[in-house]
Formats: sequence, structure tokens, C-alpha cells
Amino acid sequence: MSHQHHQLELSNVGFSYGSKKALQDVRFSSHCGQRLALLGPNGAGKSTLIRLLASLLKLQEGNILWRGAPLAQARREVAYLPQVDQHQKNFPLRVRDIIEMGRFPHLGHFKRFRKIDQEKCEAALATMQLEDIADRQIDQLSGGQQQRTYIARALAQEAHVLLLDEPFNGLDIESRCHLAANLIELSNSGHLIIASHHQLESVTDIFTHALVLDQKQVCFGEATSVMESPEVKETLHACHPLHSHPVTDPTKTNCCS
Amino acid sequence: MIEFFEIGLYQRAFIAAVIIGFVNGYTSAFVLLHRSPLKLAAFSHSLLPGVAIAAYFFSLTVVTAFLGALVAAVIIGVLTVLLSRLSKINDETVLAVLYTGAFAIGIIVLNQLGSNQELEDWLLGNIIALSDLDLKMSFGVGIIAVTVLTLFRRALVANLFDPEVAASLGIRTRLLDYVSFVILILVLITTLQAVGCVLAVGLIVAPAAIARSFVSTPNALFPLSAMVGAAGAAIGLLASYHFDQPAGSSITVVLATAFLLSVLVKSRRKL
Repeated sequence: MSHQHHQLELSNVGFSYGSKKALQDVRFSSHCGQRLALLGPNGAGKSTLIRLLASLLKLQEGNILWRGAPLAQARREVAYLPQVDQHQKNFPLRVRDIIEMGRFPHLGHFKRFRKIDQEKCEAALATMQLEDIADRQIDQLSGGQQQRTYIARALAQEAHVLLLDEPFNGLDIESRCHLAANLIELSNSGHLIIASHHQLESVTDIFTHALVLDQKQVCFGEATSVMESPEVKETLHACHPLHSHPVTDPTKTNCCS
Repeated sequence: MIEFFEIGLYQRAFIAAVIIGFVNGYTSAFVLLHRSPLKLAAFSHSLLPGVAIAAYFFSLTVVTAFLGALVAAVIIGVLTVLLSRLSKINDETVLAVLYTGAFAIGIIVLNQLGSNQELEDWLLGNIIALSDLDLKMSFGVGIIAVTVLTLFRRALVANLFDPEVAASLGIRTRLLDYVSFVILILVLITTLQAVGCVLAVGLIVAPAAIARSFVSTPNALFPLSAMVGAAGAAIGLLASYHFDQPAGSSITVVLATAFLLSVLVKSRRKL
């Protein structure tokens, strides 16, 4: 993929639900090839920011530019991956059907599913190693397999930016390791990965950059320097008892070796 | 059997049953994926006062019945949302109170009209008494419903599976919700005349529930449900003639029995 220099720029982004301010003055710049963690306590505005980037919420303040133009105009280049259990249960859809949904921005309502669409879906299945379970129903999959299916849908969509809402939640250690490896591969192949994340111990192992939110931007920068900043430690550790949890660093467990 | 097809009235009723069964079956796939059969049951009851009031103030024609029912459905829908927000009581409870209230008003208005037979027809339907215009109306609505549900299936399925993902893919989810609501109401209204507002729910829910045991994708669910609906309605009508029972009830009993059998067959397969 040749979109190493595609730039995402946010300036003075703000959002309110009625009179309640959820987010204000968010400004940072990122580009394809990076993996950005959105950190912060519950209610810090992580989901709001992801929804703004996915164009699920209408931008109220500031600008979000993608490759120099408003992001909302480039919807097909952005894929939104919800939490694994968000979808309707017992829905008769196979892995293959979900991946094919990713072709909607290219096909719209009326175009027929073409050979090129088929090829893109097959390639996405192969990249995420889902060929063996392509005809399995979505509800028969583990959390990790569902997450890989959603990533494959984003690949079939030919999205440059992948927005993931708490992707590591509810996964066992082995699945977390696989997912971390998948995200690293995807960014190495030129995608911009943006994910809300709760497990502070693994931030620097999985992500290249981090944005700390607390209804406003607290800090943005390279993951290692952000995680060492005293200001960040105060914001995150004051609200996150998670830092005392056992280490779940995916790169330091056997399953990733 | 030959005797059955020789009678003009029954012939027309048979065609009506197949059309209505097919269209309801096709639509039932949407209802199953939408998980809204109980809300739909409430709506089908709340159509009654609309039809009754239209009949009371204007003469009862297909068009006035149609518009009356549509207005009633929209009023109940909007009131449900509004009252639920105002009272902080969940919308299903509010809908349950409103639809029984509306249904009762419908019965009172129909009573005022003076004909008990007419009241029974609206409650339980009378497929034998359908006019040519009713038949054309069912056919027209059927074509619209099947076309819309087929053309927009890709977006509908994505929206039913996960509305947020659908919206992120650029699908106009709210517009889709409104369009599908109108389709459901149209199908219900044409079904109302055939099997009545009580049994209409069975026809618009059961076929997909039967088909679901045998298919694993929406693309298969829609056509199979339509075929099950058409077959169930046809068999039900033949049974009603043979056993001299009301058509709407026979159709509903056939579908309910087929549902039980489908679940049994599926669970035996699993064993």
C-alpha cells in the first residue's frame, strides 16, 4: 500500500452532547504507518473522538482534515470497527458476508458485486487468515476471530484509516497477541491505526503514538514519551486502577514468540 | 379439488392468498432480522381505529382504509416516542398501553357503524370477500415491498446487523428505517383485509421463523420465507375449504404448525 504520507490533521476539535461538553480543543497530526492509542478515563471523550473520525457524529467545532480535505468527504477511506459484541446476536451472517459489507462504499445500493469486489474480499480473507472459517456464522466465532473478521472488512473496504473501539476488550491473551501483531503488520503496510485502549502496560508495545484525553487534550506524542510524562501518569493512574493489573504485554508472552 | 378451482370466488381468494402469503413471507425475513414482531403486533392492532374512523367519516374504500391506517400507525409511532420520553417509561410499555387503547377505540367506532359482520371482518379478515380492487392493491403493494426489500437488501442487512457500522459505510440509516417502516405498514394494511389485524401478525412473522431453521444467510432467507408464506397461505386456504373453517385461522394454524415442525426437524438434525 502506497499511502505512507497521507496526513490526518485535527485542529481545535470540540463536541458537546446538548449542553454537556464531551471534548474540546483536540489538535494533533498523524499519518499512515502510525499506530495511535487513545487513552483516558471513562467519559474522557475517546469514543466521541472515534465517532467523530468515523463521521458518525457531526463535527461541531474545529476541523478534521484527511489528505488536506475535510475527512467527511473521504468516508470510504476510513473504517470503523466496533467492539466485538456490539452487533445483533444470532444474525444469519457468515464471515464472508461481513467482509463483503466492506464493499458497500464502492458499490452503493445498485451496483452488482463484480469480480474485482470478489478478489478484494478473497484477499482480505487471506490476509487475516480467515479462509478456513469463511463460511462460519459470526456468532460461532471467538472474540479474536470476530475482531479479525472486522479488520478483514476494513481491508475489503480498502480503508486507509482503521478506527477501533476498545479492540483488546474481552480477548484472551493469545487473541490479544495475534491482534497486536495484526495491527503492527497493518501499520507497517501503510495503514493508520487509531484505537481507544485501556491497558496502559501494553501501550508502548503496541502503539507508536498516544493521545491522552480528559474531555480535552492532555498530551499527544510518541507513545514512550507520553507514557513517561508525569502529567499523563497523574491523569491516567488517578482514574485507572488498571495499572496495578498483571502485565499483559503481548510482545513479552510466549504466544507471540 | 377441481370443484375448488371452479368456484370464481375461491379462485380469486386462492390467488390473493398466494400473493399475500408470498409478500408477507418476503417481508417476514426483514421482521425476523429486525427483531420487531411484538412491536409489529402492536402496530397491526393500532391500525384498526384508523380504518374504522376513515369508514365512519368517509365511505370505506381501499384508499380511505389505507390512509386511515397509515395515519393511525404514524400517530401511535410518534406518540410512543414522545410519551416514553416524557414519562421515562420504556417505549414497549407505552406502546402496549397505546395500542390496546387504540384497538378499543377502533372496536367502539366499528360498533357505531352498526355492522357486526364488518367488525368481525376487520378483526379476523375475510379473504373470500376481497374485491378485484383489493386484489390489485395487494399485488401493487407486493411489487413495491418486494422490489424495495430486494434493491436495498445490502444496506438493510448491514443496518440491521449493526447500525453504527452501516452509518460508517455511508448508508443513510435513518432514511432506511423510515422506508422500511412504511413498507411494513403497507404490507400489514393489505393483509388486514385478508386475515384481519389479529392474525396478520402471524403471516408477517411465521414464514421467516420457519425458514430460519434451514438457511444461514439473508440472501437465502428472503426468498425461502416468501415461498413458505405462499405455500402456507395456499395450503391454509385449501384446508379452510375442505374443513369448512375460517380462511385466516386455517392459514395461521398451518403456519404455526409448520413452525413447530421446523424447530423439531432442526433439533433432530442437531442430535
